[in-house]
Amino acid sequence: MCNSIIQVEVTIPTQTKYLDLIGSIGEHIAKELDKFSGDREALAYHLNLVLTEATINAIKHGTQASPDDTVKITITIQENELNIKVYDHGQGFDLESVPLPDFDQPKEGGMGIFFIRTLMDSVSYTRQGDCNVLEIIKYLS
Amino acid sequence: MNLNLEKMNDYTVLFIKEERIDAHNSGELKEAILHLIEQGQVKIIVQLEHVRFIDSSGLGALLSGYKNAATRSGKLALANMQQQVLSMFELTRLNRVFDIYADLNEAFEGEA
Repeated sequence: MCNSIIQVEVTIPTQTKYLDLIGSIGEHIAKELDKFSGDREALAYHLNLVLTEATINAIKHGTQASPDDTVKITITIQENELNIKVYDHGQGFDLESVPLPDFDQPKEGGMGIFFIRTLMDSVSYTRQGDCNVLEIIKYLS
Repeated sequence: MNLNLEKMNDYTVLFIKEERIDAHNSGELKEAILHLIEQGQVKIIVQLEHVRFIDSSGLGALLSGYKNAATRSGKLALANMQQQVLSMFELTRLNRVFDIYADLNEAFEGEA
């Protein structure tokens, strides 16, 4: 697989049974990257996890809309940058106000965004037209 | 979710026969553990040999079980964890909460 340009776009219903599919795409991409010299198995897990967390986040935030609501996910690799965008149609949330998990008194929720922030290089959440876009960047070099 | 239960050495061992725990099946795992605890089976070891992927909701389900067992003076420990799964416990410092054993024998010895 050539790293110059890979682009994948998937649209799924807002149902959790599709998380495996989305995560698996990230895992496969990590295993096929030409120029990546780091720990490929770790990257595969991390992309699987980040795509899973970002998609469930979009599903949770999108369900208020309608039962036939969808989540769109794009994965683009250009040169040494891997870019993930996850689009939801919900009310949105304030990414900056999501706190770090309390490691001394751990709670069941709130670890998803922590994983994305910790394992990737940049995360933003913005309104674009009638969608919210969670944009995640990982530098591969 | 594909789960097997076995009574071993005074412990209830919950074998997770899935490769993946995510938000699609973690609710079921949480309920299964809660059900055991409500039945009075509060000494639980979760055997994770087959699990190669866990997300934040899966960690949350196990944490819920840990807390519920502790409330009833019980214990929930983990065994046979794959390295990548273990790294998620380390990243969230949950390895400091759970007792994590290499295998069931070590778990029985450690908990004795």
